[in-house]
Amino acid sequence: MERIPILKMGEFLLVTIQVDLYDQLAETLETDLIHSIRKHSSRGVLIDISAVSIIDSFMGRILGNIAVMSRIMDALTVVVGMQPAVAITLVELGLPLPGVISALNVEKGMELLKAKMNTLYTDQSDEDEPDSLE
Amino acid sequence: MKMNLIVSNRETVAVTREQDVVPLRNRVRDYGAKIGMSILNQTKLITATSELVRNLLKYGGGGKVTIEEVKNAREAGVRLIFADSGPGIADISLAMRDGYSTGKSLGLGLPGTKRLVSEFEIESALGAGTVVTIIKWKNG
Amino acid sequence: MKKNTLGTLSARKGELLEKWTSLLVENGADDGQTEEGESEEFASLFLEALDSGDFDPQAPAFDRVKELLIGIATSRGKRGFSPRENALYLFSFKQAAFHLLSESEKDAGALFRANLHLSSVLDEMAILTFEAFLKGREEIILRQTDEINEISTPVIKIWDGVVALPIIGTLDSSRTQVVMENLLQQIVETESSIAILDISGVPAVDSLVAQHLLKTVSATRLMGAECIISGIRPEIAQTMVHLGIDLEGIITKATLASALQTAFASMQLSVTRKVKMQ
Repeated sequence: MERIPILKMGEFLLVTIQVDLYDQLAETLETDLIHSIRKHSSRGVLIDISAVSIIDSFMGRILGNIAVMSRIMDALTVVVGMQPAVAITLVELGLPLPGVISALNVEKGMELLKAKMNTLYTDQSDEDEPDSLE
Repeated sequence: MKMNLIVSNRETVAVTREQDVVPLRNRVRDYGAKIGMSILNQTKLITATSELVRNLLKYGGGGKVTIEEVKNAREAGVRLIFADSGPGIADISLAMRDGYSTGKSLGLGLPGTKRLVSEFEIESALGAGTVVTIIKWKNG
Repeated sequence: MKKNTLGTLSARKGELLEKWTSLLVENGADDGQTEEGESEEFASLFLEALDSGDFDPQAPAFDRVKELLIGIATSRGKRGFSPRENALYLFSFKQAAFHLLSESEKDAGALFRANLHLSSVLDEMAILTFEAFLKGREEIILRQTDEINEISTPVIKIWDGVVALPIIGTLDSSRTQVVMENLLQQIVETESSIAILDISGVPAVDSLVAQHLLKTVSATRLMGAECIISGIRPEIAQTMVHLGIDLEGIITKATLASALQTAFASMQLSVTRKVKMQ
């Protein structure tokens, strides 16, 4: 069965979407991602949509779901590489993509995630625990 | 949509399951590209197609989509007709209101979809199915 | 009966053309540059179509004539002929035809009917020339509108990672599309993270314009960049409050300069004066 590959990049996960997501595939992605976050104790997820030329309300919902699910698992989701035509269409469609943070590309997305991680760690420096990997 | 339109190309695609969505979107893209539609307008057209065909599948129990290359006095465009014989929409004006939603999804997404296309027409009656017709002109 | 009457025209085509040409000059509908071939071709095609016996200008028999006529009208339009002069071009033809017919047809009834048919067809053709003229004008307007949209919203890279978009004039929905396209494209190309929208050149901000601005900001955010709106004049601030327009957490600054300062601050940059070492 087709699956979207999830790559581990340090303490983050990278998901590159290059095919059209249909129901089955999307659900599988959500499940796989949740398990990966758990498995690697990831603090951040980068979703690269630079190859996605159409985002409809279905896809928008998937991205929103992933953002919320990751949050619950204490990970931050950043969507990168949105194509201009897609952004304009989403706005026209009225899809707010709540809870989804965007960055221009993978590089900036990583910077963003690291910056957010630093802020968090600075706040919690007293209670800092070493990451535990299963 | 009564007007003097010249139809130069037409095909009808049956949509009965999820796997039919992507090939349909690609056909629509072909039509848009053929008349020289900008990428932005193509994106809007295909996104609208995606929304409407999902409605067709989800609420209409499947149906047919007709794609046409049309021309009016000024420019060329792509017309799509989504027809299902599902239960129909009880109150169209309600469905067209922003924020309307049935079930746990974002609802029919009709007001948003309407903004993506140049012309939008919907006919539906309880027990008689729904027909949605949209036109996207080349220049918006 | 009618057919025979009008058949005279074909038979005396040469005379018809001569009469037409002289009438054209008389009516001021010719600049001496009209291709004689053109007019002759029109006359031939027209008479041929008439001979088919069909007097309905929408009939397929007239298709070729109409095509030719639209070509003639368009080229005359480019040479500076007004729609009136183009219509006169045809009406002169009508006059010439009438002239010939009244010479040859002595039956008043038949003459009347023949003229009637001729009129109905030629009048329709005259309308076509008007429509062709209008279409040409519309194309020019469309092209100019596009050009205006293009040049009136330049996106300027004012610093590494910062682009500025001075908006001059009002924002309608079609212009907003062009603005968004340009802006987002530039953000991608310059890899910018901040876009400053300067609206000091926007005369009025009502709910619609505000909506367009908000859309632009939303689209920018989806791309991962942040927006600052600058150039808010006091009147605009007042109007916005009265209209209850909420700029949803968008940073707003009075001037482009202060917007730039804000941008620098968020990028951890500062500008210092060089001190001369003694």
